[in-house]
Amino acid sequence: MAPVLAAPKPALPPTGDTPGGGGAGERAFSWGVRSAAIAVAAILVGVLAFLTIRGGPSMFAGAGDLPARATSFFQLAGPLAFGSLWVAAIALAFATLPAVGVALAATVYAPSPRFGRFLGAVLDLLAAVPSVVFGLWGLMVLAPLMTPVYGWLHDHLAFLPFFSGEPSVTGRTALTAGMVVGVMILPIMAAICRESFALTPPALMEAATALGATRWEMVRTAVLPTARSGIVAGGMLALGRALGETMAVAMVLSATPFLISFNVISPENPATIAAFIASAFPESAGRQVDALIGLGLVLFAISLLASIAGRRVARKAVAR
Amino acid sequence: MTATIPSAAGGAAARVHTSPAADPLDGPLAALAAAPWAAPGGAAAWPATPAPGSISIRAVSCFYGSHLAVADVSLEIPGRAVTAFIGPSGCGKSTLLRSINRMHEFIPGARAHGTIELDGVDLNAKGVDPVAVRSKIGMVFQKPNPFPAMSIRDNVLAGLIIRGERPPRAAADDLVEKSLRRAHLWEEVKDRLKKPGDSLSGGQQQRLCIARAVAVEPHVVLMDEPCSALDPISTLAIEELMRDLARDYTVVVVTHNMAQANRISDVTAFFSLAKAGQPGRLVESGPTADLFTAPQVAATRDYIEGRFG
Repeated sequence: MAPVLAAPKPALPPTGDTPGGGGAGERAFSWGVRSAAIAVAAILVGVLAFLTIRGGPSMFAGAGDLPARATSFFQLAGPLAFGSLWVAAIALAFATLPAVGVALAATVYAPSPRFGRFLGAVLDLLAAVPSVVFGLWGLMVLAPLMTPVYGWLHDHLAFLPFFSGEPSVTGRTALTAGMVVGVMILPIMAAICRESFALTPPALMEAATALGATRWEMVRTAVLPTARSGIVAGGMLALGRALGETMAVAMVLSATPFLISFNVISPENPATIAAFIASAFPESAGRQVDALIGLGLVLFAISLLASIAGRRVARKAVAR
Repeated sequence: MTATIPSAAGGAAARVHTSPAADPLDGPLAALAAAPWAAPGGAAAWPATPAPGSISIRAVSCFYGSHLAVADVSLEIPGRAVTAFIGPSGCGKSTLLRSINRMHEFIPGARAHGTIELDGVDLNAKGVDPVAVRSKIGMVFQKPNPFPAMSIRDNVLAGLIIRGERPPRAAADDLVEKSLRRAHLWEEVKDRLKKPGDSLSGGQQQRLCIARAVAVEPHVVLMDEPCSALDPISTLAIEELMRDLARDYTVVVVTHNMAQANRISDVTAFFSLAKAGQPGRLVESGPTADLFTAPQVAATRDYIEGRFG
């Protein structure tokens, strides 16, 4: 018994082999917690099984069994995967700087803690706006507003592949869709950045200030390097959300299937996986539905990779 | 409560002006100081020649919001000497120290009234940039705080890196060696300058922070209980260093350690407060030898004899 007593105590007793010694309440609580954990894993496995069993075989489907008169699954999935990543990348490009800026304003630049809390509440409200509302806003406000800007971009920057070709007259372009999704992922990114900025050791901020740093120099030396992993993790989680965004993109983006294009102001744009599934589903039947499920599997894999990368970076940040 | 202004700053100075320009690296460093990147904005407000770095505190009161933390302190801090602030917790000695380089502005609601002058320049005058004040008056903190994302070398150069200055390689190497030598750290780290700043022991980290503070060529180095997180051997190293620093800089140190104040300082200022929540006041100040052997005020005597209730 003695060596056991001498061993360092774990922070929490392992749940497996200690009865806990409690009564019925203790057992019920323990059972509830465990079944919740098992349920989460079971749901994930179930979804994966559904996607693989129904969608997997469609990867070898030929013409006739695929939506949009595609001749092979990859002819359909490749451009769609590109479209998803492209729109998500535009969204990240638009959201990153404002997210970092808002998070800085809510932490180190806040004139008072009250202002910081107010800004946090505004971001939470932005996160609470339903996707369909963002879609309507993008379609009816942002798209017409951006049309003249796209004309200007084409007139002056047509030498860049992003702005070559005739610009869209409706404004329902990849750039508009990316901006709408950017606004949608702004709150989650800003929230994660805000948390990692708030974790900056005050001692480091003092060290920089005492060396004669201005506020911005202090942020650059003490805050951003410590929070770098937090910013990347926030970007990855936001990317996951941007990839899955369906409704707003389906409403805003004027999409053409099978298209891979880096032009962001054209009337013809690559479609995204999520928006394509939503719009093609009502017109599909039988094997075509299976192909849509297969597309879901592709999106799931992409999002999973983004999420794993984000978690890995975040864990590194904690370990440091 | 009477505040005795030290009249014997000369006595302190006699102990410190002993080894002018003994360091062979003084030459390159002087050239560095003349380089445009070595003169941060606002430096023109101070004399370009090495100043004595004496500080004059007149009728200074510090507030946290409406709470009066330090009341009506007047004190002359002699240049190029070690001045120790001693006194019980909560007597406002750290608060006063922070108001010297305007670090109290970091704390929301903190403000200071009165006049603080460095070599005759009012540090709180309109148009004086706190950033310029802090580049003339460096600070070392209770807990060593090197930048963990920077190498030892970059930590020493942090004051320049922060301002986006890129000195020539050779000049930077000279500055790193000179500053680390001044901080008595060079021999221990010269072979691992690329290692992260937080890979050092606590005492070494604190000396790295001192090297970082002196690398920007301040006139004054403020130290807020610099040894309270260190073991006795590291403490001894820092104490020796403080004596050494006083050849080139004005050193003001807050300490809870009476023996330390007695060992290292030329001038001691004793602060106290009537009771918790009451503002801290300067009780007595003067040459350390006098204050510890013949205190003028009963409260000082009680405190240094450990009879403080």
